[in-house]
Amino acid sequence: MSAETLSAALADVPRSPGAPKPDPILVADSVTRRFGGMTAVDVEHIEIQRGAITALIGPNGAGKTTLFNLLTGFDQPNTGTWTFEGRSLAGVPAARVARSGMVRTFQLTKALNRMTVMENMRLGGARQPGENLGRALLPPLWRSREREITEKAEHLLERFKLLEKKGDFAGSLSGGQRKLLEMARALMSDPTMVMLDEPMAGVNPALTQSLLGHIQSLRDDGTTVLFVEHDMHMVRHISDWVAVMAEGRLVAEGPPSTVMADQAVVDAYLGAHHDTDLGDDSLLEDEAVTRQLEAEAQAEDTERAHEKEQP
Amino acid sequence: MDWPRILTVVAGELFAPTTAAYALAAIGLNVHFGLTGLLNFGQAGFMLLGAYGFAISTIAGFPIWAALLVAVACSTVFALVLGIPTLKLRGDYLAIVTIAAAEIVRIVGRSTALTDLTGASSGLRGDSYKETFQALSPFDDGTTTLGPFTYSNNASNSWWIRIAAWVVVVLACLLVWRLMRSPWGRVLKGIREDEDAVRSLGKNVYAYKMQALVLGGVIGSVAGVFYVLPRAVQPDSMGRPMTFWIWTILLLGGAATVFGPVLGSMLFWTVLMLIKTVGREVIPNTIMTNAQIEQFGWIVVGVTLMLLVIFRPQGILGDKKELAIDVR
Repeated sequence: MSAETLSAALADVPRSPGAPKPDPILVADSVTRRFGGMTAVDVEHIEIQRGAITALIGPNGAGKTTLFNLLTGFDQPNTGTWTFEGRSLAGVPAARVARSGMVRTFQLTKALNRMTVMENMRLGGARQPGENLGRALLPPLWRSREREITEKAEHLLERFKLLEKKGDFAGSLSGGQRKLLEMARALMSDPTMVMLDEPMAGVNPALTQSLLGHIQSLRDDGTTVLFVEHDMHMVRHISDWVAVMAEGRLVAEGPPSTVMADQAVVDAYLGAHHDTDLGDDSLLEDEAVTRQLEAEAQAEDTERAHEKEQP
Repeated sequence: MDWPRILTVVAGELFAPTTAAYALAAIGLNVHFGLTGLLNFGQAGFMLLGAYGFAISTIAGFPIWAALLVAVACSTVFALVLGIPTLKLRGDYLAIVTIAAAEIVRIVGRSTALTDLTGASSGLRGDSYKETFQALSPFDDGTTTLGPFTYSNNASNSWWIRIAAWVVVVLACLLVWRLMRSPWGRVLKGIREDEDAVRSLGKNVYAYKMQALVLGGVIGSVAGVFYVLPRAVQPDSMGRPMTFWIWTILLLGGAATVFGPVLGSMLFWTVLMLIKTVGREVIPNTIMTNAQIEQFGWIVVGVTLMLLVIFRPQGILGDKKELAIDVR
């Protein structure tokens, strides 16, 4: 799907958190995750448009990665249900989520360091009968599929400019190359949706440009992309839709050109009182404040006097 | 000094049944640790269960194939019982549980309550369960001399058990070689590196770890059978020290290699025998008695294990480049 048709499709979507999309691939309802007394995620409703690049942004600790973990089965929520392509995925283990077509990458790259680049790629391949213990003993049963997987891996590695590294250990690649490898590996199973957790973190600017291109070409091939990112430039550059989280909640949604001006987003990033002048004298006229300050000063004085008595 | 005799004794260790049994046990541990990254500190428990399963069912009148099946079934159940609660947790927990479980097997085996079944701490006499294995031998009774080596054909420490044990070792090597180079082995290797990454690619990590635990345990139980065939089932000789010797053998030869466990076992037992025999000849009784030389040999084993882990963690056959990439 091209960017134009997508922006046309998303033009009528209201700019409010939890807005219904014309063709959602992922729909989540009342997803909460608490760690002790802290509520890390409390999302009432979110829909992700099929075939679009959706960015999930928010300040540190907003619960973006936790939401990712919940949706992909890497963590269990306290409450919540969600469907992917109409099938419920709540409580489904991570491996089955991946097999159903929703593949993720990690914020801290998980390249399998002591395996070669090619082996990393082959591991991403789906429907390899040789991954069954019994059939693994009989190579004729899996050789042909292995050839298909290898061919696909070479094709993807070429696209990601890693083909000449295919015999190297993944641990010997640079941080950015490992990010590329992880993304390429995630694509081995032809997922319908990829979830990228901070794909640009630690990637040098030259590689960033090609990564952006890869993500856009994914969208053009019909893959849905949801990604967490801090780099606003990148978000504005490639995403079709932006969802903003703060303190575990979804606070705003909208196209990248306008969402940054949303009051809720400004509040989330800069604080709700960022334009209140703390040096304003009128604040001091409030008798309660004055009294409180006096009480504090007094308490400090007595404490000091106390300290003098007992050196 | 009687060098020809010493060298014969030492070379005899190269293909002794005990060497084969330890090689087999280390191959099983290699499936756990080398291929999958599972920390099993109870391989002796798998061996002891295999030995008990085989010996007790043979004494009860089972034919040899059924007795072997019992041994395999015992270790399978043991692996499942250990794996179900621990394989979902971090690797360290499996280590704790396996070392404890192996001790439980040993202590239950030697408890007086089971004297009728296991013979308690005095164990089961070899004569009571060797019959079916020796009956399979194609050789006549008597002894055969091959070069400097003279062994009986069938009885106890025989040519027959050497042949059978080493054939099984070769078969186990073939199995591991085939599996390591298969997509199944690739998934295991991925699990060794990073479970979550493999999970994110749609593989059921728990099931793979369980398969590896059972497979390595079954190989361990067959090793236990070959270990007790030339001697007796002695629960106290199959305790924690045995587990750590198997670890030394695996790390010496090289984890995650096909022939590492075999090479490690051969080296381990020949060098140990060399230290003992040469020590007895060279060191006067006033400095070290024979019993102390025996102990000294085990001290060398301990120091070797430490030096290996520090200076050559990949072992003799391991890929240095692969281990040079420090993942932690």
